[in-house]
Amino acid sequence: MIDFRNVTKIYDTGNHALNGVSLHIDDGEFVFLVGPSGSGKSTIIKLLTAELMPSSGSIQVNGYQIESIKKSQIPDLRRTVGVIFQDFRLIENKTVFDNVAFGMRIVGASAKQIKERVDYVLDLVGLENRGRRFPHELSGGEQQRVAIARSLVNNPNMIIADEPTGNLDPQRSYEIMMLLERANALGTTVMIVTHEQELVNRFTKRVIAIANGKVINDGMDGYYLNESD
Amino acid sequence: MKYLFAEGIHNMYTHGFMSFAAVCVTVACFIIIGSFSMIVYNLGLFVSDMEHQNRIHAFIDESYDTSAAKSVGSQINLVDNVLEAKFISREEAGERFIDQQGGGNAFEGVTAETFRDRFEITLEDNAKMDETVQALGAIKGVAEVKALPELAKGFLTIQRAFNIASVVIIVVLLVVSLFMISNTIKLAMYDRKEEIGIMKMLGATNRFIRFPYFVEGFLIGVISAGLAFLLEWGLYDFLAEKITQSQNLQLFNLVPFREVVIPMVFAFGATGLLVGMFGSVMSIRKFLDV
Repeated sequence: MIDFRNVTKIYDTGNHALNGVSLHIDDGEFVFLVGPSGSGKSTIIKLLTAELMPSSGSIQVNGYQIESIKKSQIPDLRRTVGVIFQDFRLIENKTVFDNVAFGMRIVGASAKQIKERVDYVLDLVGLENRGRRFPHELSGGEQQRVAIARSLVNNPNMIIADEPTGNLDPQRSYEIMMLLERANALGTTVMIVTHEQELVNRFTKRVIAIANGKVINDGMDGYYLNESD
Repeated sequence: MKYLFAEGIHNMYTHGFMSFAAVCVTVACFIIIGSFSMIVYNLGLFVSDMEHQNRIHAFIDESYDTSAAKSVGSQINLVDNVLEAKFISREEAGERFIDQQGGGNAFEGVTAETFRDRFEITLEDNAKMDETVQALGAIKGVAEVKALPELAKGFLTIQRAFNIASVVIIVVLLVVSLFMISNTIKLAMYDRKEEIGIMKMLGATNRFIRFPYFVEGFLIGVISAGLAFLLEWGLYDFLAEKITQSQNLQLFNLVPFREVVIPMVFAFGATGLLVGMFGSVMSIRKFLDV
């Protein structure tokens, strides 16, 4: 569950990234967060993972109160949120298997549990035969699927995908979206941050539009609204 | 834990070039410090040896016969700061004197009676020469004590200056080396900035991230210390042999490396471990703040 209440974020440079943002996303929802570059989308992701602290307002994520979270609690918070990045952010010197397994090793899972679960999620994303490969040996779409498998491996309450299809062709983009929809069907909250209008319009989901650090639309009609709309 | 150890070893292998650079810089710094320390150690022994050659002579009353003169030795040995007291009979003293003067007919009339029985005394600490001379002079049977306190003070001044200079130079070398080693490790760790950021975003704790780097630093430290130690040994033995063979440098008798192997192993090992482990852990500290 995500709950933003009147959140403002002003950077040290004086840039007002968010101005009084309030939004609520329930467990199990599938939401698109849309907006042009510089609208404040990335700031929202950084606030959700406690990479940044709000200047004012309150944020609750999966039961953690971000503005008052202790440093020692941040790793626990991040384990409840699977983040998928546009540039995949895989560890280059680890195999696909080890990249995916890393999340489980952090929580001290046994080798047997890791083997079973990693094989399962690699199968889920269609990479059952790629475990021993290194990231640079895979295509962009495959690397993104590894990132999705990694985000799913610990059964997180929520997946946040930052421009997950930004580097992919339309067919691969659609496949990735289907994978995320499948994760949502299994009960995981999914928030996709994007500025790809076509992709958003293809799925009938809740769309929160943000511009200049403010929520300008929050609707269930499944359409990407530009500022001009 | 097994995974974290394996990760440390794996990291060192996968970041081979940076590990190699860190090992090379560490080895170079260790050899510089190690060589200088050995030079300081040898010079210290040389000065100390010279200092001990500055001995005190306690002359025994002429009325004592040889056996009575010898018995004074037990009193002399009881005096604080006396390291060794060697008895020299008047006959031996006479022979030595004639030898020192180059011998010859000029000393034909000189007999043992011209000389006195004496003790040649080596002190533990030449800084306490004045007090020791007074104590020796108070012993019954000692007619006169001859010493060269100015020479002793001169040696003391040289040794003190030498000790201070050595400590200052070793500390400066150590600081410069630590700076170089830490910068090399920092550079190696900068290579991992992205990797550490990803780990943090996945929910890894600082301790979980640090441990493999700690293992890696430990290995870099141990390997560097081991290599530096072996190279130092080889280099030292090579130089020692050259000095022994040289006619001009035979005055300097270098201590065999085997005699200092144990302290050197500890010094290299401990410094290597400290520099490697803390160097790597301190270097990644700022990358952990994500």
